[in-house]
Amino acid sequence: MVTCVNDAMFPDTGKAVVTLLRRLGVDVEFPQAQACCGQPMVNTGYLDEAVPVVRNCVSAFEGYDAVVTPSGSCAGSVRHQHGIVARRAGDPALGAMSDRTYELSEFLVDVLGVTDVGAYFPHTVAYHPTCHSLRMLGVGDRPHQLLRAVRGLRLVDLPKAEECCGFGGTFALKNADTSVAMGSDKARQVVNTGAEVLVAGDNSCLMHVGGLLSRQRSGVRVMHLAEILASTETAA
Amino acid sequence: MSAREEVLARVRAALAGAPTPPAVPPVRSGRPLEELLDRFAERVADYRAVVVRCAEDEVEERIALALDGARTVVPADLPWEVPGAVPDEGFTALELDDLEAVVTAAAVGIAETGTVVLDHGAGQGRRALSLVPDLHVLVVRADQVVAGVPEAVARLDPARPQTWISGPSATSDIELNRVEGVHGPRRLVVVLVGSEVVGRGSTLGGVGTVGGSSASH
Amino acid sequence: MNATFVGMPPFPSAARDALADSQLRGNLAKATGTIRAKRAAVVAEVDDWEELRLAGAALKDRALLDLDSKLVQLEESLTAAGAVVHWARDAEEACRIVASVARDHGVDEVVKVKSMATQEIGLNEHLEAEGIAAWETDLAELIVQLGEDLPSHILVPAIHRNRAEIREIFLRRMAEVGRPAPADLTDEPVELANAARLHLREKFLRAKVAVSGANFAVADSGTLVVVESEGNGRMCLTLPEVLVSVVGIEKVVPTWQDLDVFLQLLPRSSTGERMNPYTSTWSGVTPGDGPQEVHVVLLDNGRTRALADEVGRQALRCIRCSACLNVCPVYERTGGHAYGSVYPGPIGAILNPLLRGVGTDEQVDSLPYASSLCGACFEACPVRIDIPSVLVDLRAQVVDAHRPSAKPEAVAMKAAAWSFGSGARLGVVERLSGVVGGATGRVGRRRLPGGRAALSRVPFGAAWTRSRDLPVPPRESFRAWWKRTDGGRS
Repeated sequence: MVTCVNDAMFPDTGKAVVTLLRRLGVDVEFPQAQACCGQPMVNTGYLDEAVPVVRNCVSAFEGYDAVVTPSGSCAGSVRHQHGIVARRAGDPALGAMSDRTYELSEFLVDVLGVTDVGAYFPHTVAYHPTCHSLRMLGVGDRPHQLLRAVRGLRLVDLPKAEECCGFGGTFALKNADTSVAMGSDKARQVVNTGAEVLVAGDNSCLMHVGGLLSRQRSGVRVMHLAEILASTETAA
Repeated sequence: MSAREEVLARVRAALAGAPTPPAVPPVRSGRPLEELLDRFAERVADYRAVVVRCAEDEVEERIALALDGARTVVPADLPWEVPGAVPDEGFTALELDDLEAVVTAAAVGIAETGTVVLDHGAGQGRRALSLVPDLHVLVVRADQVVAGVPEAVARLDPARPQTWISGPSATSDIELNRVEGVHGPRRLVVVLVGSEVVGRGSTLGGVGTVGGSSASH
Repeated sequence: MNATFVGMPPFPSAARDALADSQLRGNLAKATGTIRAKRAAVVAEVDDWEELRLAGAALKDRALLDLDSKLVQLEESLTAAGAVVHWARDAEEACRIVASVARDHGVDEVVKVKSMATQEIGLNEHLEAEGIAAWETDLAELIVQLGEDLPSHILVPAIHRNRAEIREIFLRRMAEVGRPAPADLTDEPVELANAARLHLREKFLRAKVAVSGANFAVADSGTLVVVESEGNGRMCLTLPEVLVSVVGIEKVVPTWQDLDVFLQLLPRSSTGERMNPYTSTWSGVTPGDGPQEVHVVLLDNGRTRALADEVGRQALRCIRCSACLNVCPVYERTGGHAYGSVYPGPIGAILNPLLRGVGTDEQVDSLPYASSLCGACFEACPVRIDIPSVLVDLRAQVVDAHRPSAKPEAVAMKAAAWSFGSGARLGVVERLSGVVGGATGRVGRRRLPGGRAALSRVPFGAAWTRSRDLPVPPRESFRAWWKRTDGGRS
C-alpha cells in the first residue's frame, strides 16, 4: 500500500520501498485498484464518505499475505480506524485487512527479522518519530535500529523528538496557525542538531516540516526512511 | 418530577444498552519495603519537612526542642507531656491564630509517599487544631508506618474525618514550581519514634534535614 | 466584575491571537516544561503504573456503568452521616441551592475551595448577583479573580501568568477587597505566596459558610475527598460552620478502598508529586469537629448527556489532573483561553462538546478539531481516556449534525471520496496534477533543499502555503511509473 500521498506526491518513496523489499527477497506487488486508506475522511469526521474509500482499499488488498506501507499514519488508520468505518457501514468485512497491515519498519524488523538492510548513506541524519508510528502503532526503536545499521550514516539526537510536528492531517489547514507554530518549533530543533537530513516514516509530516524548513531556507532536506534504506554504495 | 427523580431517570436512560461494568484488574498490594522507616524518613524530608528520629523515652525532649519555646496548643489527650502548652478547650479560630505551634499524634504514616495521616482520634485533636498554628509537630510511632497508600487506606476508617499531610503547606501555582508555605502550617516537624529499628547502626540521634532550620534540634 | 467565556470565537481564531502573545507563549512553555519533567520522574518511580491506570479506568467505569444505584447509595450514606443531599439538573438549579443555603445563614460572603464544578456552573457570578461575595482561596484562583481574568488551566488556572504579572495584580487589587499586599512585595514566589496567606487569613478566620467541590465521592461510605496543596482547602472545610459541596455525579467511586488507586494516580499525574501536601476526607458531620451543617449538591448539567454517548462516556472518568493539558503540544502553544471554557486542553476539547452537545454552537463544534491527534494525552491520562478516539468520534458527530452541507470542506470531502474510491479515478486525478505540476515546476523558481521544485503560493492553498512551501506534484505518479515500467522490472 503505497498510500495516496506517496502515490501522487512522493513516488520516489514508493520506488524505494520496492527496491528495498526486492533486495530483501520479497515478492512485491502494487494492486492498481488501491487509492486511499480513508484516513482523511475519518479524521475530519466524514464517515459516510469514508465507507466507499475503505471498501475499495480492503478489496484492493484482498488475497495478499501482508500489506506493507511506508506510512505509520496510514498503517494506524487501517488498524484502528477501519473498524470505526466498518461499524458505521454495518459491515464487519471492512475491518478485514487490519491484522495484516504493517508499517515498513515493523515489517522489516518483525516479519523479515532484519535490521541491516545493506544500505549506505554517508550523511548526518536526525530522525523524527511521527506520532502515529510512535504512539498509535508503538514502533518503538525499530527505525533507530535500521538507521544505526546504515553504513556511513551519522544519527544525531533530536531534542523533544516525541513532540508532534503539528501536521495532523486536516489540522494543518483547519488550524493552520497552531500547526505552523508547532512545526516551527520542530524545525528549530531539527536545525539545531546540525543534521543535513531529517528522516521520518511519514511523508505527510515531512511535507509539513520540510515546507517550513524550506521556507526558512534552512538547507535541511527531508527524506523518507525508505529512501535512505534503499540507498546503496552504487545507488547513492 | 423532582430533580432527584429526573437526574436518576436521565442516568438510567443514558445507560440503556450499556455494557456491564468491567472487572477491576489486580494491582499489587503490600509490596514489601525494606527499611520502611528509613524510606519514610527520607520521603518526609523530601518535602522539606524536618524529620527527627528518637526512642520512646526521648519523645518529650525532642518535642520541646522542636517547639523552642513557641506558644503551643495540644489536644487534651496528648500522651506526651509538653511543658507550658495549653490544652485545647474549644478555642475559636481567632484564638488558635494567636498560638504559634501545635503538637499532635498521628494515625498512619506512609513510607512510599512520605505522608502522615491524622484521623483526628486519640491524641490528634480536632481538625482546626493542627491547621491554624504555624508550626505542627507530629509524632508518629514506628508501628504506625506502612509501606504504601493501599495499606494506609485499608487501616483507616472512612467514618472519621482525615487529614493526609505530605510536608508543609505548599503551592505549585506560580510557574508550576513548588514553593513551601501558604495557608497551612509552614513548618512541619515529624518526630518518628522508632522502638527497635533506628537507621543502620546509628545511635538514637535525630536526622536533621534541609529546610525549617529554626525547628531542627 | 467577572470575565466571561460567553461569546468566545471558535478555536482557530482564538488560537491565532494567543499564538501571537509572546509573554503567554513563554510562560506556558516554561510551566509545561517544568511539570512534564516532574511528572515523568515520579511516574517512572512506580513499577506498576500501567496496572494502576487500568485499575483506575475500570473502577471509574464500574461506577459510571452502574451510576444510578451508586448515586442512590451515595445519597443514603451521606444522609446517614448527617449531610443534606440536594440534586441539581443544571447550573441554574445548583447555583440557586448554594445561594439559598448562604441566604439562610444571613451571610454576604462565602469562602471557596478551588472547584471545577462551581467554575462550570458560574457560581461566583450567580452569588454576586444575589449580593454574596465568593472569595476564591486557591492561590491561582485568587490571581485569576483579582486580575478579573479567566482560568486557563484545570489545576493552575493562572498558568498563563508569570511571577512579575502576579506581583502587579496583587499590588494593584488586593487593597480593594481586603488586606493590601505588602508595599515592598517583590516577585519572589515565596513572597507572593506569603502575601496571599496574609490577605486570605482574615477571610478564613471570619467565614461562616464555605463552598467546595470534591475530587471523589465514595458511595459506600459517604465520604467526600478534596485533594489540595496550600491548606486553603483545609481552612474552608474545617473552620466555617456551614459547608456546601457541589459534586458532579461522575465523581462517584464505588468503595473507600478504591481511593488507594486514585490517591496514587492523581498527585503524580497532576502536580508531579508522590503525594500532594494535603488531602481532606470527611463523611457528613463530625460532632465537635468542623462544619456542623453539611450540604452536598449532586450536579448533572450535561453529565447524563455525556454518559449516553457510547464512545464519549469514558470522558466522565476524568479526575481533573490536567496531565493531558501539560503534555499537549497544542495547549502548550495556545494556552487555555482559546478553548473558551473552564475545561481547556485535550479533555476540554471532548468534555465541552459532550456536556453541551454538538451542532448548535460554532465554538463548541470547533473544539474536536483543536488537536493534531498526536496521542500524547492518551498516553499521559491516568484513567486511560482515549481522547484521540473520542475526538475523531465527535468530529463525525459535528459533521453529521450539519448534513447536508454545502461548505467547501464538505464538497471537497465528497470529491475526495469519489477519487479515492477507485484506483482508476485517482489515476486520472494524478495525471491532471502531474500536468499542472509539470507546468508550474517549469515556471517556479523555488527549489526545496535537495533540488525538487517547490511552490510557495498556490491558488486556494493559502492555508498551507502562507507559511510552508509545497513540493510541486511529480509529473509521473507512482501508479503511472509502475504501469509504465511493470513495477520497475522493464
